[in-house]
Amino acid sequence: MPTIETRLLTHVYSPATVFKNTAIENINIKIASGSSVGIIGHTGSGKTTFVQHLNGLLCPSSGQVFLDGEDINASKASRRDARFKVGLVFQYPEYQLFEETVYRDIAFGPHNMKLSKAEIDERVHEAARFVGLSESLFDLSPLELSGGQKRRVAIAGVIAMRPGALVLDEPTAGLDPKGCEELMRNIEAYRHETGATVIFVSHSMELVARYTSRLIVFDSGRVVMDGTPEEVFSRSEALRAIGLDVPAATAIAGKLRELGLDVPENCYTLSGLKHAICALRKGGAPC
Amino acid sequence: MLKDVTLGQYFPGSSFIHRLDPRSKLLFTVIYIAALFIAKSWISYCIILAVFLAMVIVAKIPASALVSGLKPIAFLIVLTAILNLLYQREGRVLASFWIITITDQGLIRAGYMILRIMLLIMGTLMLTYTTTPLAITDGMEKLLSPLKRIRFPVHELSMMMSIALRFIPTLIEETDKIMNAQKARGADFETGRLTQRAKALLPLLIPLFVSAFRRADELATAMESRCYNGGDGRTRMSVLKMSGADLGFLAFSAFMLATIIFLAVRFGI
Ligand SMILES: Nc1ncnc2c1ncn2[C@@H]1O[C@H](COP(=O)(O)OP(=O)(O)OP(=O)(O)O)[C@@H](O)[C@H]1O
Ligand SMILES: [Mg+2]
Repeated sequence: MPTIETRLLTHVYSPATVFKNTAIENINIKIASGSSVGIIGHTGSGKTTFVQHLNGLLCPSSGQVFLDGEDINASKASRRDARFKVGLVFQYPEYQLFEETVYRDIAFGPHNMKLSKAEIDERVHEAARFVGLSESLFDLSPLELSGGQKRRVAIAGVIAMRPGALVLDEPTAGLDPKGCEELMRNIEAYRHETGATVIFVSHSMELVARYTSRLIVFDSGRVVMDGTPEEVFSRSEALRAIGLDVPAATAIAGKLRELGLDVPENCYTLSGLKHAICALRKGGAPC
Repeated sequence: MLKDVTLGQYFPGSSFIHRLDPRSKLLFTVIYIAALFIAKSWISYCIILAVFLAMVIVAKIPASALVSGLKPIAFLIVLTAILNLLYQREGRVLASFWIITITDQGLIRAGYMILRIMLLIMGTLMLTYTTTPLAITDGMEKLLSPLKRIRFPVHELSMMMSIALRFIPTLIEETDKIMNAQKARGADFETGRLTQRAKALLPLLIPLFVSAFRRADELATAMESRCYNGGDGRTRMSVLKMSGADLGFLAFSAFMLATIIFLAVRFGI
């Protein structure tokens, strides 16, 4: 499983024109293998630009990206190699399904890896299981599926390559709460079973806080905070200043702590808050 | 990479040229092209060049943008120059070997040809650099509206044009996105033989067409739900209005054309 590291990573869109735009600047980040990391930031803060460097889709304007200590932009071959090691699921990936059947779409990645038919078949089934996709859908056209199902197919298409690191750009955007929950649990299961590194970009603080152990906060192309969810959320003022907010439950828990009540800091969801408050009542009587 | 298409690229600004009515800029472009084709001598070319440079300076368009606009036709320019150089047999011979003869007249002609093509392209680029595509189609519709009398579908034509222009960048963006998504899954557009690369493009076209049809469908629904039923009785939010500046600008360009015609007819230069 690869360790991902970036050094002074900078990307400038349309350099040397009037539309010159420095999307990210001097990003130094090291992500340990097998960890689960959340990337948050306001719209346009450079999250997508950053993650597209991790598998060599974008070339840095300056700086480097290392996978296990090797510069992925060293050659064309190493860049292509990075595509298979770091699986990237795009924002709204469902618009990018293109094969005739669901099965063939999921098989596209393994097929490009020049695997045998049997191996491809195995990976397609495994990937479908990870994202909770029924095999009865395999022969349908991706266009016939619902939005949530399409999203699963797209993620399965990346998982089928068995990447050592899985990067998801806004995987839950546009899904209903139940769909979000299921998807995140599936991804978490993938991480546990394969030991893969998981990085995901999200706007939803609650989601990131619950499923990751480290948060990296972007603002205007720079990393402004980097730490555990507790550390990041304890700076709610600073977060608000860059257009972000702590989860509602965390804010309430914070207020309760200010009142001298013993509420834990890692309280991100309403149900978590409920449990904490219940525990406060003597003997933990049921609410 | 696909973003580098300069077609219809607009440089935002608020200069005198930017603020002119699109109709006067369209008319100016026609006059300017006519002047270029009538011009015979260096005096006329100097006049046109001066007008062009003045416009570039006033509109604050970077020279690099104009030069990069010439790139796609660089080959054409070179070819035209060479042909003109070789086919001109009159004049004093400067160099001659095998079947190739280069004369001073040929050299001058090639020079004029290069200047003419460059001014032609850069002049029309000035129109698209300083006017939004929508303003251009609006202006075109207004200018062509007399043709409605003979049942020429002016409105439909300009509506089609503005929709096409509106969606070119979207389609380019979409192509980029789909290409990236497939590259992320190991699709290879960059290496391999030409046939292999062409084959890799096929899976690109399918989602592109699907999304283009989807967009067309959505757009049609959106237009219908806002009661669009053609140009009859349709009013505009921003009505085009010719100002004094426009009249002055047009009078100036007419004067330029008149001078060049006069020089050509009276003195043959
Ligand atoms: N292809 C591109 N060409 C030019 N500029 C771009 C391109 N993609 C992004 N940008 C610019 O780079 C900056 C960062 O964009 P990016 O997509 O990385 O933001 P983001 O954090 O992912 O935002 P969001 O939360 O909306 O997805 C923005 O200012 C954006 O306008
Ligand atoms: Mg993004």
